[in-house]
This record gives sequence, structure tokens and C-alpha cells, in this order.
Amino acid sequence: MRKFLPAGSLIPICLLLYFPAHSQERPIAFKGALIYPVTGSAIEKGVLVVQHGRIIAIGNSSTTVPADAEIVDASNRVIIPGIVDTHSHIGGPEGGDQSNALNPDVRVLDAVNPESTGFRKALAGGITTANVMPGSGHLMSGQTIYLKLREADDIEEMLVVNERGVFGGMKMANGTNSMRGTAGFPGTRAKSAAMDRELFLKAIEYKRKLDSAKKDSTKMPDRDLRMESMVEVLEGKRVVHFHTHKMNDILTVLRLKKEFGFRVVLHHVSEAWKVTDAIAAAGAPCSIINIDAPGGKLEAMNFSPKNGAVLEKAGVAVAVHTDDPITDSRFLLRSAALGIREGMSRQKALEALTIAGARMLDLGTKIGSLEKGKDADFVILSGDPFSVFTHVEQTWVEGRKRFDRAIPADKAFAVGGYKVYTPESNEEDEDNHHEWSDENQ
Amino acid sequence: MNGVMKISKSTIKLQTMKKIFFCLCLLFAAFALRAQIAVRADKVYTMAGEVIANGVVLIKDGKIERVGAGLKIPANYTVYQARVVTPGLVDARSVVGLSGALNIPVDQDQLEKSNPIQPDLRAIDAYNTDDTLVGYLRVNGVTTIHTGHGVGALISGQTMVAKTKPGMIDDVTLVPAAMLAMTLGTSIRANFTSPGTKSKEIAMLRAEFIKALGYEKKLQAKDSTKRPARDLGQEMLLKLLHGEVKALIAANTATDILSAIRLAKEFKLKLVIEGAAEGYRLTDKIKASGAEVIVHPTMARPYGEMANMTMENAAMLTRAGIPVSIESGYESYVPKTRVILFEAGVATANELPYEEALKAVTINPARLLGLDKRIGSLEKGKDADLVLYDGDPFEYTTHVCKVVIDGRLVADNCP
Repeated sequence: MRKFLPAGSLIPICLLLYFPAHSQERPIAFKGALIYPVTGSAIEKGVLVVQHGRIIAIGNSSTTVPADAEIVDASNRVIIPGIVDTHSHIGGPEGGDQSNALNPDVRVLDAVNPESTGFRKALAGGITTANVMPGSGHLMSGQTIYLKLREADDIEEMLVVNERGVFGGMKMANGTNSMRGTAGFPGTRAKSAAMDRELFLKAIEYKRKLDSAKKDSTKMPDRDLRMESMVEVLEGKRVVHFHTHKMNDILTVLRLKKEFGFRVVLHHVSEAWKVTDAIAAAGAPCSIINIDAPGGKLEAMNFSPKNGAVLEKAGVAVAVHTDDPITDSRFLLRSAALGIREGMSRQKALEALTIAGARMLDLGTKIGSLEKGKDADFVILSGDPFSVFTHVEQTWVEGRKRFDRAIPADKAFAVGGYKVYTPESNEEDEDNHHEWSDENQ
Repeated sequence: MNGVMKISKSTIKLQTMKKIFFCLCLLFAAFALRAQIAVRADKVYTMAGEVIANGVVLIKDGKIERVGAGLKIPANYTVYQARVVTPGLVDARSVVGLSGALNIPVDQDQLEKSNPIQPDLRAIDAYNTDDTLVGYLRVNGVTTIHTGHGVGALISGQTMVAKTKPGMIDDVTLVPAAMLAMTLGTSIRANFTSPGTKSKEIAMLRAEFIKALGYEKKLQAKDSTKRPARDLGQEMLLKLLHGEVKALIAANTATDILSAIRLAKEFKLKLVIEGAAEGYRLTDKIKASGAEVIVHPTMARPYGEMANMTMENAAMLTRAGIPVSIESGYESYVPKTRVILFEAGVATANELPYEEALKAVTINPARLLGLDKRIGSLEKGKDADLVLYDGDPFEYTTHVCKVVIDGRLVADNCP
């Protein structure tokens, strides 16, 4: 029945969901690794102790380890926090359909398959948390979900509730992807913004009615699922994840943000380097993508691989994402390394994979760094995080090992092979590349 | 608009200006004196013998003059220093120059959809030397590309080989008609109503080859009035059937790879299998067939006909004694091209021995293209195509610092 509860009632339910169901009882101590806690300095020959899905101790070799702890020798290994992918399409997240450009009521929660091999692929890449989003073929394609890559057969078991009491954001897009010019869809940029404004104004009016009713059921407006999630957006609970490439489109997002006061994360931002100061002044964090070559998409032609470096210099919070399948979940560490190649600092590149993304999802107090009390989400690497020769050896989610390269069946998800990956439910035929081509990035 | 923005914008403008200035300097250099170059590096991978520590490559008049450890550098040579030097990279299969960066109808010339069989289409009539992606591959160390008509038609057209250096088509072309590009598999169905099945694909190709052989027979008629009119498509097919050009067949599933081998055997085609995503399942059969293999990008997406690919494919084929080249292939969207340097790096991180990964982007494709006397390794008398790096070529954070093609500096990326 909880699937039918109104949005506001989800909070207590999800707080229950948040606690991992099968967290380990006996503490496990990982000893000897070079640990990057990310929020603190690197620890040589460090010790990481986890229990009940949380980190119970982290420090140098003199860290006290509980007597009953299982000891794991992690010498010559590197440990980093579990990677947070702020923008992914794994698991088959279908959002709005062709009937409407604005879909605040549509939840990818109702579409994603928790048994998708996409999640196994992401774990092989060291990803432990993902913001799974609908595509960018709509002005607003629906509600996104923040997932821990726990073992699950019901998607609700993967949800993670954030500091604002929600487990997802709202996906919006501007620019060419959402301009279809067909019935119900905008044909120009100005029309796109006008349609956004109309929806936001409606939501403001709905919220005003809600507020003035003061919970008096006789005065409450009729329930409106579209408006309920929009109220969460207006209240800043539900962050808007805004797909945007060109500088004029980025500035339009910032203008809308100023007008309606929603909280936003700018996604992709190919031309961020042109409007860095405006982004910095607006305090808008950026979730960027690093790709191997320009081209393929007209409005992303001016993409600069230096976006990460330029934004870092301007003091803007930067995360790096996969946009899987645009880049592969197994290569998110590589994407951050490409940022370093183009001028990002190693520290900010590590943050871009972890804590910066966690904060963009309002999960910075739970995940994104290795600190006592935080979730035991971490990755054991064979070497430096930014080397091509390094492999993800193990990925742990809330104290449970979810990927182990030493196990052949797991390794297959890292390298591929015969019948390793199964197509998503929405991959109807073998040649649907064009479908996701238009919908994503 | 505050200062930060102005700075970042003007910095980039300045960089553009610098690039323009640099190009002008290059042009000037080209027309004025042709400076001789010496490249000194901690490690020189010649791909023709052992790695040379503290190596020097002397370049004279566009050719490699000498390669060795600690060579004396003549006084009039411009010296470039690097951590690592490799031969210019050779992309075994690309569509760059035909499939443009903008990805809009006016810059997509890799696939003509009026007919599934068009052997008369020449790559040199379409190749755009100025496309953004040609320049992008150049600055990333690719000095030679085998490019041309793409995947998606039974016979989509011819391919060509060109240097990526700036210039007009005739200045850069090494081989104007290199191979005939063919495709097997379901990707054809998105573009044509027929062939609509795998069996029909092969039936149509066999019929086409037999028709060409018939055309040849008629050409030999003693009575010249009985000879058929010139048919450029048939002429190209005859070159294919006589082994003068290789059959470049894109095939990824085991079924399609085996069909390609069967077809090649029947018509004595010189077979190059492109893609070969499931090649690792058939190493014995590929080896026995004598086919050459160009492997898909290591980081290709595991979807559709590529669903069963593995990053260890190049390693497994190599282990079976099949020399592999790594391609950038064809991308329909973002990124619009792959870069073989990156793909080879990931291949070596996935079991392909280091030197083999370098071979897969240098001397192996040079041999595949029949150009190993000119390119693919650093040896005396060969074209002076070199790439200079500030670290391990395959590392994510390493920069391609300088690129030299035919003895001229064509990219200078490091401060």
C-alpha cells in the first residue's frame, strides 16, 4: 500500500527503508591500504573498520580495531569512498511519454528494474550510489530516484532518502532535445521557458492554496499529483537536475532559478567555460560529463574538456557523471582522470566522484566520504584511482561486498563477455541506439 | 558579467589567436626553409626492435634519417624533448572526414542509402580534410587514418588511406581506393527494406559477385561490339575478386563472422573482419581462415550486436596468434569518434601486452594497409611521423605534446 501514499507521507516509510536490512554484525577491519577519505588527508597504511553498514573507525595504523573484527589485508591497495554517479540511465528509467512535455507526476520509480545488469556494471565501476534519471526529451521528464546499489528485487529496497526527506530530484531539460515541435511540445527556446514558467506559476498558486488552508481539510485544494511534486521543488526539497548545454540555455536555467527559487544542479553544461562567472555567482553546482571527442551533437559542439578545471578555479562545486550509456558506468574513474589531464586538481577530481555529487543529492552527511558514522560505501582499488592500469577490485555498499573482481562471474561485469549483460526492458530491438541517442545527453 | 567570465573568455580567445598564429608560422615554415628535427626522449618505442632508452630520432626532409641511443645531434637541427616517443598512430578503420563532427545531414557522407550495394562510391570524392574530427585525431597522435564509407549497407563503398596533416585531398592521400567496405548483420535493416534477413544478405552478395565474374567474361569477348559498356561498380568488384583490394567486412556476432569467412572462402576474397565483437569465441576459426582482424574500440558500448563484446577481445585474439589492429570505428552520436590511443590503453589494462597494444595502433595497421614500408615504425627511410608524450602514452593523465607528420610539426599541445 505504501506505493499509493502521498508524497509527504513517504518520509517516515523511507527512513525505515534507509536502514540496510542485512547489514553485517561482526565488524570488518581493512588494514594497510592507502585510504583517501576525501574530506580529510590521505592515510598511508590506514585502517577502515565497518559494522552494521556504517564506518565505525578510520585512521592510521594505530587505530583501535575491535577484538572480534574480521581482518582484511588491504596492503598495496587504495581505498576511496563509494562513487556517486549524479546522472545515470541504468535500469531502464523511462519517464514521460509523447503526450506531454512537462511530467512532474511521472516517477522513474515505477519503471526501473532493480535486477538490471546495468547495476552490476555500475558496481564493477565502483559506483555505489546513482541518481537514475529519465531522459532529456522533455522539458520536465519526471522524478528521478537516488539509489544505493544494494541487492534488491524491489526497487524500493534501493531507495535512499536524503537530508531533505526525499529520494529523488526532478529532471528538466532545455535546448534542442526537448524541442520537438510536436503537439504539446515546444518548438523554440523561448516557448520552452514560457511553458516552464506557466507550470511554476501554477505550482505557486497551488502552494498558496495549500498554505492558506492550514491543513483544514475542508479548505484544501483537490489533490493534484503534478502539483504535489512541484511544491517539493518550490520548497527546495526536491532538487531540479537540469540538462543544459549551450551558454544561452545555461543562463535561462539560472534566470528561472532566480525567478522561482528552486534549487538546481546544472548537468552536462558543455559551454560552462563561457559562463563560469554567472554559474559561480548563482552558486549553482555543476555535474559535468567528460567525453573523448567533440561532435555528434550540434549544441554540444563547444564542449570543452577543460570545463572541470575552469569551474574548479571559479570555486564552483563540480561532480562528474556517466550519463550512462553516453559514457559507461565502468569508466567514471577514467572520466575524472580526464579532468585532471585537462587541469583539475587530484583532490577536486576525487571530490567530483564522491562528496561533491553526494552534496548535489543532499546526501553529503551520509555518503561521499570515509568518516566515522557515515555509510560503509567504499571501493578497493588495485592502484592509483586515476591510472588506466588500476582495476576496481571490490565495491562495498553499506558494509556488504557487492562486487569482487576475483570472482569470475563478477569480473565478467567489469570486462564484458558472452551473455553477460541483458538488454533493458525498454530496449525493444537491437537497433534502438537512435532512441536513446535523442533522449540522453 | 563580471571579471571572471571576461578572463576565461579572453583566455580562450587568446588561445585561439595563439593557435592561428601557430598555424601561420607552420605555413611560413612550410614555404620557407624546411628545418631538420631531432627528437630526444627517455624512451623511444620504434616498433622495430627493443625500446631505446635515451633515444634520438633524427629527421631530415620529412623522412627518418637515423634512430638510436645518444646520437649526436647536428647543429642546425631543432630539438624536441619528450618522455616517450612512438611512431605516429595509424587508425585501422575510421569514418572521420566522411562522417562529420556536426552530425547533421549536410556533413554525413559515410552512408548512401539509395542502394545497399554501391562499390563504385569513392571515399576521395567525399573526404573532408578540414573536418573538426580530422584535426582532433591529429592532435591526439593519429597521423594516418584508413577511412571511408561506413557500416550499414551490404557494400557501402570504397575506403581510402590518408595522412591527417593539414592539406588538400591530393596532398594527404596515400591510397585513394584501399578496400571495399561491407557489412553483415542487423544494422543494414535500419537503412534498407532488402536485405531483411541474414540469409538474404549473403544471397545478394553471392549474386553480385557472380554477376561481376560474368561481366568480366563478357569483357573478354573477341568481338569488341559484344563487350558490355563500362561499369565502374563491376570494375571495383573485379578488383575485389582478384584480391587487388581487400574485403573489409563489418561483422560482430559469431554468425556474421562465420558467414564472412564462408563468403571469403567461396570467392577467394582477402578478408579483413572489422568489429569482431564475438571474435574471442572463434579464435581457431579466424586463425584458420587467414583473415585479418580490426577489433572494435575497447570502450565500445555493449549493446545490440556488440552486446557480447569484452574488453579482453584484443588480448584473446592476440594470444591465439592473430595480429590485431584497433579501430575508432563508427559512432552515430556522442562522442562522434573514438581515439585509438585511449582504446589501446584500455586494451592493455585488460590483458593485451603493452607492446602488442602499441603494435595494434602502429605497425599492425600499417601492415594491414600494405603501407609498412612507409609508416608504422620508426626506422631509417620511413616517413617521419612521430608522437611525443609527457608520460606513459596509455595513461589517462598523459598528454600528447607534439605530433610530427612527414617531418613537420602539426600539433604542439603542451606548454
